[in-house]
Amino acid sequence: MTRKQKRLSVIAGALAFLGAATALTFYALGQKASYFYMPGDLQTATLEPGQRIRLGGLVENGSIVRGQGTQVEFGVTDSEKAVKVRYTGILPDLFREGQGVITEGSFGSDGEFVADSVLAKHDENYMPKEVADSMKAKGIWQETTQ
Amino acid sequence: MVEMGHFALILALALSLVQSLVPLYGAHKGDARLMAVGGPVTVTGFAMIALSFAVLTMAYVQSDFSLVNVWENSHSLKPMIYKITGTWGNHEGSMLLWVLILSFFGALVAAFGGNLPATLRANVLAVQGWVGTAFLLFILITSNPFARLVPAPIEGKDLNPILQDMGLAIHPPLLYLGYVGFSVCFSFAVAALIEGRIDAAWARWVRPWTLAAWVFLTGGIAMGSYWAYYELGWGGFWFWDPVENASFMPWLAGTALLHSAIVMEKRSALKIWTLLLAILTFSLSLLGTFLVRSGVLTSVHAFASDPSRGVFILCILTLFIGGSLALFALRASTLTAGGIFHPISREGALVLNNLFLTTATATVLIGTLYPLVVEALFGEKISVGEPFFNLTFGPLMIPLLVVVPFGPLLAWKRGDVTAVAQRLMFAFGAALLVVLVTYLFIDGASVFAALGAGLAAWLVLGALTDLALKAGIGNVAPKVALSRFLGLPRSVFGTSLAHLGLGLTLLGIVGVLSFQKEAILVMKPGQVLEISGHQLRFNGLSPMRGPNFTEDQGRFSLLGANGQPFAEIVSSKRFYPVRQMPTTEAGIKTMGLSQLYVSLGDETGDGSVVVRVWWKPLVTLIWGGTLVMMLGGFVSLLDRRLRVGAPARRKSGQAKPSPVAA
Repeated sequence: MTRKQKRLSVIAGALAFLGAATALTFYALGQKASYFYMPGDLQTATLEPGQRIRLGGLVENGSIVRGQGTQVEFGVTDSEKAVKVRYTGILPDLFREGQGVITEGSFGSDGEFVADSVLAKHDENYMPKEVADSMKAKGIWQETTQ
Repeated sequence: MVEMGHFALILALALSLVQSLVPLYGAHKGDARLMAVGGPVTVTGFAMIALSFAVLTMAYVQSDFSLVNVWENSHSLKPMIYKITGTWGNHEGSMLLWVLILSFFGALVAAFGGNLPATLRANVLAVQGWVGTAFLLFILITSNPFARLVPAPIEGKDLNPILQDMGLAIHPPLLYLGYVGFSVCFSFAVAALIEGRIDAAWARWVRPWTLAAWVFLTGGIAMGSYWAYYELGWGGFWFWDPVENASFMPWLAGTALLHSAIVMEKRSALKIWTLLLAILTFSLSLLGTFLVRSGVLTSVHAFASDPSRGVFILCILTLFIGGSLALFALRASTLTAGGIFHPISREGALVLNNLFLTTATATVLIGTLYPLVVEALFGEKISVGEPFFNLTFGPLMIPLLVVVPFGPLLAWKRGDVTAVAQRLMFAFGAALLVVLVTYLFIDGASVFAALGAGLAAWLVLGALTDLALKAGIGNVAPKVALSRFLGLPRSVFGTSLAHLGLGLTLLGIVGVLSFQKEAILVMKPGQVLEISGHQLRFNGLSPMRGPNFTEDQGRFSLLGANGQPFAEIVSSKRFYPVRQMPTTEAGIKTMGLSQLYVSLGDETGDGSVVVRVWWKPLVTLIWGGTLVMMLGGFVSLLDRRLRVGAPARRKSGQAKPSPVAA
């Protein structure tokens, strides 16, 4: 190989590598990004069975039911609709009725949402940004004063 | 008193403007007196910002609630250490820390840059001045920590309890020393572009700054990771949270820069690329500052979201990244390109390192920004998390880690892979043995776990092989080998230690991901849980009172074979009444390199409580490895080559000779 050919082959190799990395990145974005829904959005959403989503809203008042051991069920509502969420594990420190939460998981065959993580966060008046924005968009947000 | 801090900050802005313009003009005109202004002005500016910072700290120490900032983030009952660290536990204070460290680095360049050519030094200081001016304006206009409150309230609103921890004393300063340390590399790059001249000596001057910033950033990230691990009670060490990514991207780019600067220094190649990396690394630091400080992301770091701040930082970001890249596009062609080399060589290996690291940086960047872009364009809210990064970042890292041991063993210019492979036979054999032993003899080991452990062993042994070969161990008499070993350049030790640390961190990650055991259960007092061969007894909950919180302490005992307790673990749930906020304090018992991690959930009413227990094998290696990496960087900094400016002086005619003790 001449010097020029060598150079070209190195450049071609690097480009092929970058191409593969790019393809992988976009594939992964398509496959692994999880979408955020409020309970009211679910009527219009088309979800494949087992598809992972994030479901956000407020913890419905009076809906928290503790099962055996660390099982817990609660409703997540956006005041249009409520969805039952089942979760096994430790709830976050700031989990309480009326609190904004984001749960991540997928719908089980019985139509209940099975969450493997529940997020509520580090601030007394914290509302997950997604939840707050969606509620504002739906006009059911009230600015609360601390 | 407080006004003095405010005035000092305004003075610092004025000085920063002088620093931005006068040395630059001097360098342009070749006026030595104007260029000489840079040093003293920079040092004085640093003194002013330091004074301002000290004043703010005093206000926190004295709980001066006439300052809005102190009132919002402090409380008179808060322990003294958190009063001090609380200075930067808020938006305004942390930005002040940011510019303090920026001006500190500027002052260091002024103090230790005696061996630099005068024009380069003047230009570097000027560029530092630009960054300083932009951020001082940002603080004074949108985030003034010295804003007053009339009448002054009696009591403050307290600091976010999550931040009331030793982590706040260490994590932000270290992280900023890293983040902002890369500004020096950036300034050097822009200065070189302004002068239109760049040579191997440039790389020699930039490398210590890169190394120092890298060491600090490594420490800052590791500390942040450990803090999140024990404070959030989720037991994870890395969440691929956008805020974490914001610090990880400059680290990846900085690591690439560290390596490409070696090629530039030794072989005078990759000049333009190194320059670009220096610009990109600091750009990513700025991007990180934007992501974290603007409030576009919700996280524990987003103290306040005031839209004007976000827009201001975005402007700074656009100005500096856009400006420097435009300058690069304009000037890069005038720079002389470096030499070319054979692909199979040390240079080639370092290029490969750069290719992988920058691509990995790009995937992290895309994963971090994609949700923001999608939301801005389509209004859809998505999250990109661990599954995405496992699929993209993972496959990029594995081949890179596989070739790491080859790099330092390859010769410059033209290397011989076969010869290197032969030398690595022992390390390879041993790593293979680790794979087999892990797979066959450790319960529940998957193929993945075995290969991961093997890869970690390969990195560690490869790093040791490099040292052994360079010292000639086995080839020459032990005495000669020892003296050769001790005589090796510090940078060789540095490389070896850093790569070894990487292996240790990987081993810790593999240990936790593959062999961690978890139990979630409701425990009654007296109940014993067996996890990974450890007997954990729950003794009960007892209420306690701290200085500014109340807590329920869950007391646990680890039982020995005879049923007698030999260690206690206390895990608690705290409640901070001022902020009406609960926190979880995990109970952690370190045993060897592994940890038992106990975190409390809700009480169920009858004295029993939900408990989450993890056995985390080798987990401490994750952070231990980063300490070894930092040590490697530090040892490398002590290299004679970087310390003594002798070879550099020949090239810089007008610089006055002075010893440099960086």
